[in-house]
Amino acid sequence: MEIILAIGIGVLTGSGVWLLLRPRTFQVIIGLSLISYAVNLFIFGMGRLRTGAPPILHEGVVDATARYVDPVPQALVLTAIVIGFAMTALFLVVLLASRGLTGTDHVDGREQGQ
Amino acid sequence: MPYDALLVAVVSLPFVGSLVAALLPANARNAEAWLAGGVASTCLVLSASLYSVMASGEAVVATTNWLPEFGLSFTLRIDGFAWLFTQIVAGIGLLVVLYSRYYMSPKDPVPRFFALLLAFMGSMLGIVLSGNLIQLVFFWELTSLLSFLLIGYWHHNAAARDGARMALTVTSIGGLSLLVGVLLIGHIVGSYDLDEVLEAAPLIKSHSLYVPVVVLITLGAFTKSAQFPFHFWLPSAMAAPTPVSAYLHSATLVKAGVFLLARLWPALAGTDAWFLIVVSVGLATLLIGAYLAIFQHDLKGLLAYSTISHLGLITLLLGLGSPLAAVAAIFHMMNHATFKASLFMAAGIIDHESGTRDIRRLSGLYRFMPVTATLAMVAAAAMAGVPLLNGFLSKEMFFAETVEDHVGTILDHMLPYGATLAGAFSVAYSLRFIHGAFFGPPPTDLPRTPHEPPHWMRFPIELLVLLCLIVGVIPGITVGAFLDTAVRSVLGSATPAYSLAVWHGFTLPLVMSVIALAGGVALYLALQGYLKKGIEGPPFSELIRDQRIFDRIMVVLSWRFASTIAGFLGTRRLQPQLRLLVGTALVAAAVPLTLRGLGTWQPAPSAIDPVLALVWLVGIVCALGAAWQAKYHRLAALILMGGAGLVTCVTFIWLSAPDLALTQLLVEIVTTVLLLLGLRWLPKRVQGADADLTESALAPLRRLRDLIVAIVAGGGVAMLVYAVMTRPGVGNIGQYFIDNAYTKGGGRNVVNVILVDFRGFDTLGEITVLGVVALTVYALLRRFRPAADSVETPEQQRTQNRYDEAHPERRRGATIADSMMVPSVVMRLMFPTVTVVALFLLLRGHDQPGGGFVAGITMAVAFILQYMAFGTRWVEDRLRILPVRWIGAGLMLAALTGIAAWPFARPFLTSYFGYAELPLVGKTPVASALAFDIGVFALVVGATVLVLIALAHQSVRTHRAVRSAAEAAEVAVAPVEAR
Repeated sequence: MEIILAIGIGVLTGSGVWLLLRPRTFQVIIGLSLISYAVNLFIFGMGRLRTGAPPILHEGVVDATARYVDPVPQALVLTAIVIGFAMTALFLVVLLASRGLTGTDHVDGREQGQ
Repeated sequence: MPYDALLVAVVSLPFVGSLVAALLPANARNAEAWLAGGVASTCLVLSASLYSVMASGEAVVATTNWLPEFGLSFTLRIDGFAWLFTQIVAGIGLLVVLYSRYYMSPKDPVPRFFALLLAFMGSMLGIVLSGNLIQLVFFWELTSLLSFLLIGYWHHNAAARDGARMALTVTSIGGLSLLVGVLLIGHIVGSYDLDEVLEAAPLIKSHSLYVPVVVLITLGAFTKSAQFPFHFWLPSAMAAPTPVSAYLHSATLVKAGVFLLARLWPALAGTDAWFLIVVSVGLATLLIGAYLAIFQHDLKGLLAYSTISHLGLITLLLGLGSPLAAVAAIFHMMNHATFKASLFMAAGIIDHESGTRDIRRLSGLYRFMPVTATLAMVAAAAMAGVPLLNGFLSKEMFFAETVEDHVGTILDHMLPYGATLAGAFSVAYSLRFIHGAFFGPPPTDLPRTPHEPPHWMRFPIELLVLLCLIVGVIPGITVGAFLDTAVRSVLGSATPAYSLAVWHGFTLPLVMSVIALAGGVALYLALQGYLKKGIEGPPFSELIRDQRIFDRIMVVLSWRFASTIAGFLGTRRLQPQLRLLVGTALVAAAVPLTLRGLGTWQPAPSAIDPVLALVWLVGIVCALGAAWQAKYHRLAALILMGGAGLVTCVTFIWLSAPDLALTQLLVEIVTTVLLLLGLRWLPKRVQGADADLTESALAPLRRLRDLIVAIVAGGGVAMLVYAVMTRPGVGNIGQYFIDNAYTKGGGRNVVNVILVDFRGFDTLGEITVLGVVALTVYALLRRFRPAADSVETPEQQRTQNRYDEAHPERRRGATIADSMMVPSVVMRLMFPTVTVVALFLLLRGHDQPGGGFVAGITMAVAFILQYMAFGTRWVEDRLRILPVRWIGAGLMLAALTGIAAWPFARPFLTSYFGYAELPLVGKTPVASALAFDIGVFALVVGATVLVLIALAHQSVRTHRAVRSAAEAAEVAVAPVEAR
């Protein structure tokens, strides 16, 4: 299972980095979204992978550690997802404003060579 | 009033007054003057009332600890010397305020002037009354800053801006070195407290860091007091309004440097290094300043150089290291403040009433303003050191001190000659000031016909000149006691016997005075021919031009050097910067990995699940596809990105994170809607038919490089995450949360309890960020101007409209309404359902997967669905959503929930919980965390809806480009119809 997730995170990161280095703003925003998936999964993975052990407490459980997965990375990622949305929204509006002001969707606000 | 409260009032009143002054209306010249004058006189009276307390020799100290472990406290301390300076600062401040009332024109923005002047007074009092050296440096820097603002008061004037910048640059460099010097003193003594530092004098003088300390401290003092070679900023500062020059650049600010030298005199003076540094700088400044003053054509320039020279004199005296010289220095600080301030004011009156202060154009003003002329003559005589005036007394003391043998070096033996020469110079420039302005034939080409100023404008000069006179005639009775208190507070037991008598008999200093007077008159007569020519500057002035050197250094440092560096290292292009960022991250990860290695590879602890593998196969294809298509097929890329997000979501739920899966799913929905709304405003880009095809031959190479970077980054991250995940977990605070979520937080959903209870403060910060982002988006979109090619209706819409218009039975927009018929009915029906789901998620969040974030986004989705089904206008006719209110209410509720813990004497955001029996619903957990979560919910709803609606509105709004296009069309049509 770990190998699947590791490869998945790797591909998400690679695709994201590739798009991050592209010249069009839309490419960059998609790239940043892919990178944030990767980063969220990365942080999540730091709590180790367990199936069927969500951190929802049940009465009468004796050995808590064995029963529940680490909740801290989950709490971190939950906020990261929401903030990621805010970032995407802000970036989208900035790129639209930049396109409106400069007439181009190049990340530098002007076409290369101009 | 207790003394410490009184001291605090003296320092804080001017700052309070400054705030009030800044808020008064722009034309309130009288109100401003009354306010500033009131503040200055209150400070004067309050500090004067302290005299009886410290006349006994005890300093009054008021201390408030701030960071005692670092030796930082707010300490106000007044002794005789500080008291004397307080009187000068507040007293002359009062006179300057009165003078400014008449000097400033009604057109000048007076609130700024008086606010800055008062703030300056406060910081100057802060320097004078500081009992802690760090605090002194703080106020010191404040005076530099305010001096900058005051010099640049008329900022439309280039000379004012340059002068201000030069003053700030020079004095703040000095301030920095002073700070370092003070830190060194603190290192040596172990305290920044002034009393302790002064007591530790032997320790400082014998320390190996003594010379650096002296160099750094004197550098601070020399720059502030405009000592050679840093003197050049003071003449440039004359672009300031004259009241500022009179106050800052004669009586107070420039005195701060010599004040500091005198303040630290017991701790630092009396060594060979001190003598060499301070005396040589003082002597050079004394002579150069006096010499240059003779050749100034600007009255204020003359006074500026004369100030430089007199400050050099004081510095020299302080450098000698003998107690008697220190007495003379303190006395001269006082005297100089009185006669120089009055001369500056007189120069201002001349400028004000005649329109110029150029000596070459001025002449014979005596007949127009006899009173002012007489006053100026007395003050100038005091400056020249004529007997029966205060300047004479301190100058005699100075001459007497230079004659004394101090260390026996050549420098020491040169002093009497240098002093006499400087005395002759000062007589010459005083003569020039008086003779040039007031005597001679009547002026011919003045901008205005001069006349006497209003009486209250002249009053400050009258008062100061009166002081010059009575101090000069009966010094012992008038200032003797005050001077004595001041001197004792600096010198302590080393206070020498001195006499303030006017007549000491036929002594060597008297002979020197006579020579200086006669020499000065002779020099002035001899220079008549040269001065008449009106050449700027003295003969050989090219030799002394550090002002130009300063300018050149500034140009090189701040412009050429900077632009070279920026050219080498900087770029305005984003891609190289991002490449650098990614590259740095790669290197930062690669270095420790190559040095330490990843250790042995562990087998994966769990077997490969074929279903998850299949899911991730889809995810990988989606991610690669999104990367592939993002340029030409944005919609496809967006859908593929959503696919990758859904795979992430499945992974979360697979691996025991239901909360994450829920949140991810909903955020995925709103992100997709958001980006869809944005697509409309992006340029059309068709593969193969693009201007980009004319790209350079290097483009494939660049792409190859980026591909390699991306593969390395992806591979590296995959390796790293695999290496971590295959190792057993390390125990962390997660266990604590699991153990205590129910007992202390009252919830079974540990993740939610962490968010709203254990780490509630973080969440509060996070939702604040969310709110700020939403408002920023809203603000940015209010001024949104789309690119010209995106303004017109999209092609699909136009096709539909054409079809609708071509068929008379159809109305416009019918096609879209038809095709949306079924979905829109479903969506409308969904609204209550989705709302209930949102509330369900919110209420159960503490115990089961859910919570404020998820519920908030769900609720936002419910609203957005209505927008999608019926269009913006339809929804807003029926449903008024005020997202900004939701944001505000949510934030308020969350914060109030936190504050609610205070009345129970608990820290912010302490939670309470219990269970309540509700009819129908049953046993319901009631926790204050729920109220907090409701706040989170409201804010998330507001923020999400605000962002989406603001963006959606752009399509409905008539943009300026459209309007102007429509107007242009009308104009084009109109003439045709007219014909």
